[in-house]
Amino acid sequence: MLKTFPRGGVHPDDCKISANSPIKVAPLPNKVYVMLNQSAGAPAITLVKKGDHVKTGQLIAKGEAFISANIHSPVTGIVDKIDQITDATGYKHQSIVINVESQEIWEDGIDTTNDLLTDIKATPQEIIEKIKNAGIVGLGGAAFPTHVKLTIPQGKVAEYLLINGAECEPYLTCDHRLMLEKSEEIMVGITIIMKALSVKKAFIGIENNKPDAIKQLTSLSQNYSNIEVVSLKKKYPQGAEKQLIKAITGREVPSGKLPIEVGCVVQNVATAKAIYDAVQKNKPLIERVVTITGPNLSNPSNFLTRIGVPINHLIELAGGLPEDTAKLISGGPMMGKALSNTNIPLTKGMGGILLLPEKLSKRLDPYPCIRCGRCAHACPMGLEPFYLEKLIIKERWEEAEKHWIMDCMECGSCQYTCPAKRPLLDYIRLGKNKVSAIIRSRKN
Amino acid sequence: MEPIIIAFLVLSLIAAIFAAIIYFVDKQFHVDEDPRIDLIADKLPGANCGGCGYAGCRNFAEAIVKNNSLDNLFCAPGGNKTMAEIAQLMNLEAEEKKPQVAVIRCNGTNENCPPKHDYNGIESCGFANFLFAGDGGCAYGCLGLGDCVATCKFDAMYMDPITGLPVVIEDNCTACGNCVKACPRNIIEIRNKGPKNRRIYVACMNKEKGVYAKVNCSVACIGCNACVKECKFDAIKIESFLAYIDYQKCTLCRKCVPVCPTNCIVEVNFPIKKKANIDLANDSNQNIENN
Repeated sequence: MLKTFPRGGVHPDDCKISANSPIKVAPLPNKVYVMLNQSAGAPAITLVKKGDHVKTGQLIAKGEAFISANIHSPVTGIVDKIDQITDATGYKHQSIVINVESQEIWEDGIDTTNDLLTDIKATPQEIIEKIKNAGIVGLGGAAFPTHVKLTIPQGKVAEYLLINGAECEPYLTCDHRLMLEKSEEIMVGITIIMKALSVKKAFIGIENNKPDAIKQLTSLSQNYSNIEVVSLKKKYPQGAEKQLIKAITGREVPSGKLPIEVGCVVQNVATAKAIYDAVQKNKPLIERVVTITGPNLSNPSNFLTRIGVPINHLIELAGGLPEDTAKLISGGPMMGKALSNTNIPLTKGMGGILLLPEKLSKRLDPYPCIRCGRCAHACPMGLEPFYLEKLIIKERWEEAEKHWIMDCMECGSCQYTCPAKRPLLDYIRLGKNKVSAIIRSRKN
Repeated sequence: MEPIIIAFLVLSLIAAIFAAIIYFVDKQFHVDEDPRIDLIADKLPGANCGGCGYAGCRNFAEAIVKNNSLDNLFCAPGGNKTMAEIAQLMNLEAEEKKPQVAVIRCNGTNENCPPKHDYNGIESCGFANFLFAGDGGCAYGCLGLGDCVATCKFDAMYMDPITGLPVVIEDNCTACGNCVKACPRNIIEIRNKGPKNRRIYVACMNKEKGVYAKVNCSVACIGCNACVKECKFDAIKIESFLAYIDYQKCTLCRKCVPVCPTNCIVEVNFPIKKKANIDLANDSNQNIENN
């Protein structure tokens, strides 16, 4: 029987319309906008000034805080300005704007060939140092700095490494294409992470709607005795850290704790590929695979593109913005964030850009809750979204905290399944915001 | 015996037993409370608005009696009259405060700051604030979803459907400050009501450079310093491209209003300016001279 997580979950339509489109290298635009707050945690501190000439792969901003990641120049060119640029939410953040030069010069020491290097020379400390220098963040969407995640806290032991190839979000296919086209690199990347963590066993979890990826990685894993491909039953949100651990190992992460508590470390397949590039080829994280898709888009595609490219450039490459586009989403339709305009630059955490027409993006009018309990049934964390919604409307924050509101990972299964179209997740997110502020003020 | 008599006797007996228990508890667990707390609580408005910083009116009364002073304790809804009565009760001096009112420091109406996005999430500014910059695109302006209206306990605010901004009803506003706390963007400020309810303030909170501020909103403060140069009383300060008029220093001379290039300085309850008439008169004089 196929493995999956036991509690909750929903089955949204696949809509993986770009699954058969191979990864194309996107040409560079005239200007790139590199945001300084691309990772979770503190923004990086800029090292260049206006007028500087930067090479591809050159360090241009340093992450000095504990949770922060380095940022490298994705192109060769001249720094036009360092200014506030509107990000996905419409708020402004500090960014470095670079005018692109046609002649690309790479920073010294970066191997730009396509040769596969399987021999791992670096020691575990060197690996983590290299990952830190390369500015690698989790490419699944949360953009948490990877070197922090790979530094095991004192007294804890990592037993299993789980590689997340579930890609449970509808529409997105970037991880799927990467697993098909860069499978060898991913395997070496996984071996590198295993060496850094000194774990004995790694699992790659892939949902069964990607049989070609499962087949290819399984045949490759014959050469690696300690990497096993696990085929998972398609269910959303399988790619969530805690759900993936439960599905593959059967272990449950305690409330409010990290996966290391049960001896697991979870990394995305795209992160494994980036780690391979960083450790074997000295190549910092300056490019990623991104899916540009939408039901009415003429040419849904997967692009290998540099960080900082404005997304309207990518939409043009995929056939242009359809007339009836009503909503732009960064990420998948379930957990993605709506974008305020098409001019925003690509950041490290963006796995896909989804263009939805009016019919699919409009919310229907909510009806009163009929207490059918479908949301509680769908919640993978075993919460009661209908009750949390009531508590938040009544501003009973302490009680909401007692009902485990902070365990919610905002997957949106409750809102997806609600027959009365209640905006459950909106209220829960508002409540999480308030409750976390209360918890913070209590600590101080 | 008649059943009615039995019932009467049984119930009387139960009543007597309970009366005895209540009498005993009342004597045994009697709490001595300062009688002034009740007297002060009676004087307070009883709205439990929380504007004083205490959970309710009775907690405020307890705080006065406990501290035995009126420092930093002021009931905004009751105003000076209530505070004077309380001061008399406590044999203290009440500090006279000027009447205050809440002002909305944003003029991003649907006309001045046209909506660019269609938001159909929940009606909560707190939620919309961490989701996006607002449908007008201004990251500092009013979100127009009415958290302030929902929190007002005195019916002193309503949302104007045409402008999309909240409106303060001066007569109802007690300056309790609940809307200030509710606003996620700190747009609302408690300011002196001013003589004859006349006030001048900068109706903008945009801290961006002028070029960017003007992109979304036609009445944004661009930090041009024109008002600062005009002000003779040192009442206007510019901090991060945003002017702020100090109501303690402002003499309501209104010289700053006409010099503002974006009309973001708002004057309230002033009679229509005579300057227009003077200009007209000057024009006609000049015409006569020319002729």
